[in-house]
Amino acid sequence: MNAATVPWIILFTPLIAAVVILFFGKYSKPFSAGVAIGAALICGFLSWWLFGQPDATVANSFSWLSLPGGFTIPIGVTVDHLSKVMLVVVNTIAPIVFIYSLGYMAHEEGYWRYFAGLSLFLFSMLGIVLADNFLMMFIFWELVGVSSYILIGHYYSKDSAADASKQAFLVNRIGDFGFMLGILTFWGLTGSVVFSEIFQKIPALETHGLYLAIACVLIFCGTVGKSAQLPLHVWLPNSMEGPTPVSSLLHAATMVAAGVYMLARFFPVLEHVPDARLVIAWVGGITCLAAGLMATQQNDIKRILAYSTISQLGYMVLGVGVAETWDVPMFHLFTHAFFKCLLFLCAGSVIVSMHHEQDIWKMGALKNKMPFTFLCTIAGTLALTGFGFGSFGFSGFYSKDLIILWALAKSPFLGWIAVLTAGLTAFYMFRLLIVVFLSIPRSEEAKKAHESPLIMVIPLILLALPAIGAGWPFIEHIFFKTTEPTDVPHIVHFALLAMFLGGAGLAWALYARAVKDPVFIPLFANRLYIDYLYTWIVKVFHDGLAWLAGWADRWIVDLFVAQIPSKLTWACGYVMRFLQIGNIQAYAFFFGAGVVGLIYLLIAR
Amino acid sequence: MTPTLAHYLIVSGVLFTIGLAGVMLRRNIIIIFMCLELMLNAANLSLVAFSRYNLSMEGMPNYNGQVLVFFIITVAAAEVAVGLAIIVALFRARQTTHVEDLDRMKF
Repeated sequence: MNAATVPWIILFTPLIAAVVILFFGKYSKPFSAGVAIGAALICGFLSWWLFGQPDATVANSFSWLSLPGGFTIPIGVTVDHLSKVMLVVVNTIAPIVFIYSLGYMAHEEGYWRYFAGLSLFLFSMLGIVLADNFLMMFIFWELVGVSSYILIGHYYSKDSAADASKQAFLVNRIGDFGFMLGILTFWGLTGSVVFSEIFQKIPALETHGLYLAIACVLIFCGTVGKSAQLPLHVWLPNSMEGPTPVSSLLHAATMVAAGVYMLARFFPVLEHVPDARLVIAWVGGITCLAAGLMATQQNDIKRILAYSTISQLGYMVLGVGVAETWDVPMFHLFTHAFFKCLLFLCAGSVIVSMHHEQDIWKMGALKNKMPFTFLCTIAGTLALTGFGFGSFGFSGFYSKDLIILWALAKSPFLGWIAVLTAGLTAFYMFRLLIVVFLSIPRSEEAKKAHESPLIMVIPLILLALPAIGAGWPFIEHIFFKTTEPTDVPHIVHFALLAMFLGGAGLAWALYARAVKDPVFIPLFANRLYIDYLYTWIVKVFHDGLAWLAGWADRWIVDLFVAQIPSKLTWACGYVMRFLQIGNIQAYAFFFGAGVVGLIYLLIAR
Repeated sequence: MTPTLAHYLIVSGVLFTIGLAGVMLRRNIIIIFMCLELMLNAANLSLVAFSRYNLSMEGMPNYNGQVLVFFIITVAAAEVAVGLAIIVALFRARQTTHVEDLDRMKF
């Protein structure tokens, strides 16, 4: 076992597991779960081992495809600090979610299909993490799309789930197209798709500022799709149709993190292109505010968390746009992975004990019935809302505030948007917490709810610990080398605390005794009408195209294939029927004339 | 003067023309029918004549023509049977054998 082979083992173990489950999993439930969990645990163990090794800089790749013209596509792994941190995040969360799935999926159908999908999903994500060139990353990028399609559409007999998986796939396709154009642009600029070779050539290309900026923005399109930034965020809330552990994995470590990870991987180029980073920062800032606003008026427990994920991804993308190193957004990705995974698993626990009821206005007062879930949700909520002051806080406090500080230092307007969103985050998360766990029970199920089985509670506790502590400076310094901006007014820290208290207090004041939602803001409840706009656009274009195609079919294709030949035949027949004069001798004459004509033709030639 | 091939062919052509003219000009369908037979026999005559005047190396006539004549006679016999039956049926239906009265099949 050495540092050169371990990444390959980590990469291919989940694929082998997926194949084995695919072939043999249908015969035994424990077998398929065991193979998947075993593979994930091996990956987890090896990732931590690899993290302890010194950074390998040796090239670890082989040529996969060689095209004439000197264009080669290698398949290779990068083992640097960034990928090792990401490996640790992915492979720590994956086994926990897999184990949790044992409890959540115990009575669901398609058990082996589910675990094969999870393993494939893990394989795809690890491919993105380890890729050392754009094309390999793109291949795994698409594989993530495919496996998310399989998992979101797990309950494929349900129309909404099938539609959601289709939507996730198609919306991602839009972003991926931009990503592919970006890859091709960079290939055109530098003649290579390998990251390290591109990075070497970028300083020489700084004179092509605009061209480079456009290329970077095209690459960023991939992130917009995969990490659900405005305007391609619509698939993420709908992907809640999948089983809750899938949502948890998808939102924490695998799919949506891929976009941010790709930007971090690409950071050495972005450093040289301030224009592109400005675009990235604005997209991130607007996304985090808009998604925060939408989250305040959702009623589905998973959808609230989904919009919160979009909002937090907005923070990370904003971080890519404003921070000095990739450590800042990756630090938030790191902490977010733990607490968001925790929150989703808590939501899953609640959903199971509520017999698959997801409307928070049917829940209430679950704190005594589900004490562990309640405590873990509190930990996740405090981590997500960034509770803390001075030198102590939950994990989100360190990572989110760092991004906000950098945003304030680089672009005060975006910085204050981020501060405002922190308040919104506190508001909607405490709304969820208060409505679901405190206040009054609102349905029979809520009165009869009980704590989930141990197999689901233990992963919650395992995740609650890093959700609380992953951001503490001494842990942070193992993984990241973050720096704080210097020239930020100190008042920001008080503003953030005020935002937290204000948001939480407002939520308490509004929802502590509410039976129904006392606030109704159609703009936010309808998700800023963006979904309707897209539906309308698709409808107009789709119907327009269908109308045009129908018109062309009727008036052009039918004209030449059906109408003209039929009319011509009819006209010929109409002319010819005047020959039918009914006199047998005339017919004999025609016949004789015809024979004479034929003989004439035959002999005269 | 011994008759040559040309004489036979002229007779055959005259017979054929008389038949054709009869088919086109006569009104009675039975006469038309007889003229048709006349045309067939004109063809038979020319075939036999060709057969007789196309001797092979051994001095034998070309039997292809004569065999074809037998075919034509056979087919003509069958045709007469069918044709007369149709004419009888037609007469029963319309009480006439004049083709000018049989002009219902037209546009």
